[in-house]
Amino acid sequence: MNLLFFTLRRVGIILPTLLLVSVMVFLLQHLLPGDPAIALSGDEHDPAVVEHLREKYGFNRPVLVQYGMWLGGVLQGDFGSSYRNKITVLELIATKLPVTLELAIFSMLIALAIGVPLGIIAATRKDSPIGLIANLIALSGISLPHFWLGIMMILIFSVNLGWLPSSGFVPITEDWKQNLTSLIMPSFVLGSGVAGVITRHTRGAMLQVLSSDYVRTARAKGLTERVVVNKHALRNALMPVITLSTIEFGRLLSGAVLTEQIFSIPGFGKLIVDAVFNRDYQVIQGVVLVAATLYILLNFVADILYYAVNPRLRG
Amino acid sequence: MSVVTADSSPSVPVQQESRIRNRVLRRFVKKKSALVAAAFVMAFVVIAISAPLIAPYDPLQTNFLAVREGPSWAFWLGTDEVGRDLLSRLIWGARASLFAGVIPVCIALAVSVPLGLLSGYAGGWVDAIIMRVTDAMLAIPFLVIAIALTAVLGPSLGNAMIAIGVAALPIFLRLARGAVMAVVSEDYIEAARAGGASSLRIALRHVLPNTVPPLLVQASLTVASAIITEASLSFLGLGQRPPAPSWGSMLNEAQRYLTTAPLMAVWPGLAIFSVVISINLLGDGLRDALDPKDK
Repeated sequence: MNLLFFTLRRVGIILPTLLLVSVMVFLLQHLLPGDPAIALSGDEHDPAVVEHLREKYGFNRPVLVQYGMWLGGVLQGDFGSSYRNKITVLELIATKLPVTLELAIFSMLIALAIGVPLGIIAATRKDSPIGLIANLIALSGISLPHFWLGIMMILIFSVNLGWLPSSGFVPITEDWKQNLTSLIMPSFVLGSGVAGVITRHTRGAMLQVLSSDYVRTARAKGLTERVVVNKHALRNALMPVITLSTIEFGRLLSGAVLTEQIFSIPGFGKLIVDAVFNRDYQVIQGVVLVAATLYILLNFVADILYYAVNPRLRG
Repeated sequence: MSVVTADSSPSVPVQQESRIRNRVLRRFVKKKSALVAAAFVMAFVVIAISAPLIAPYDPLQTNFLAVREGPSWAFWLGTDEVGRDLLSRLIWGARASLFAGVIPVCIALAVSVPLGLLSGYAGGWVDAIIMRVTDAMLAIPFLVIAIALTAVLGPSLGNAMIAIGVAALPIFLRLARGAVMAVVSEDYIEAARAGGASSLRIALRHVLPNTVPPLLVQASLTVASAIITEASLSFLGLGQRPPAPSWGSMLNEAQRYLTTAPLMAVWPGLAIFSVVISINLLGDGLRDALDPKDK
């Protein structure tokens, strides 16, 4: 199967998946008990206002028609407006997504900087206490409730030592130094969980590669262990890790919900939580749809990358 | 060549089954970290179940003469902002965490196993539809599904558990379907079919047991993530309603008193961490013991 055919086949799978995601996201609003027009009409529920809202948002039409209208709008880039502050959902996403994107990039860099070396150590010294400690650190990264790690870091580095700001975000365009300072703790909190996952995958991939025939041959040729690991094993072992990192990056874009909440970072995750608490369904629908689409697209990229670099799959 | 139906000689599979079980048990027992983790998980379960017997105070009982106190003989872990005993709340919170870990997994298993069997066994358009819906659910992040569903259902521990169960569903469904697909074309299934066994009998007697090992491992790992998710939802105010104790809601309350009573935030987090890492270690041990490649 060539790359083009594989890509087209994957596109054939993700299109119906995206359509189903849109159905699920749309149905979220209709699962709600009660009339959305009444919910939107404020405390007084003036019948004239309720009727106007019903007409305006099409709540009085059949569900299928409402879905068609909504999807038609989405396909033209119109996700509707926030019920609360009337800002368009697209505008809200365009303002919040870059913040989360920056946070996700920093978190991923931290995760890779910790996860890959730790995974290599865990694999190359798997029977030594160092390997065991590396494994335990990885498992701790996965098992820690990250919002608690955030609270503990605020307690230590902000409250007790006063080194870092406990909350808030400064855009990079305003002051890059303060921007970096405001992102250190949240990036570490988010990155530590991903680092655990990356460590475990790097370890697994390294162990598999280290027991393969070509590594045995390289050792038999008299190459030092460092050369065998760094030059021969690591290059191949990192392939699945790169793929995994792409998927994890997609997860980070919408998985920063709690971290953004704790550190008051005005990103995508905080937008979701605020929308949920304000019952701002247009925003919830738009944000969840965009998050899912990004995740699906990054998965798609990961699949293509993996296929492109793995000659065995093309055989 | 005689055709041996899977039902013709029950003693051989039974012996084989018990041999496999013994081997798995031997491998599991050999792993000390998994054993220690299992003991810790057992202790957590016992504490959660016997909370009414072992908690030194009523977890809701306020005491305005002992507000935000540090650890003492009277209050081993200190008190919270309204003078409630933190140890008692932690012990009762273990109950919420235990339920929040186990019930969503039961919900996910109850829905995903029959659907996974159907999907893997029936194939064709049934499989295609179920899998596309699963893919769509997998595309929405776990916590986002849980938050959105809890918002729809209304904040409560019960609704949080339903939301976590629904969010965990697609992973189990994929695993169950994968395990079915792995055996559905095996010779012994063909033999059972040739022997006249009905599809339902084959699915329940020969295919279903095959789904147990991967689902067991996934179940243990999902219990761990469900505990964290419940704590996250309660932390956001979407799970256990105050004043009922849960580790997440305790952390929510503690966040406001970080400067004056930091221990209020330390204990619940440590509790979540130690239980979750134990369950993950147990899951790792189970996976290693059940892995046929690891002989």
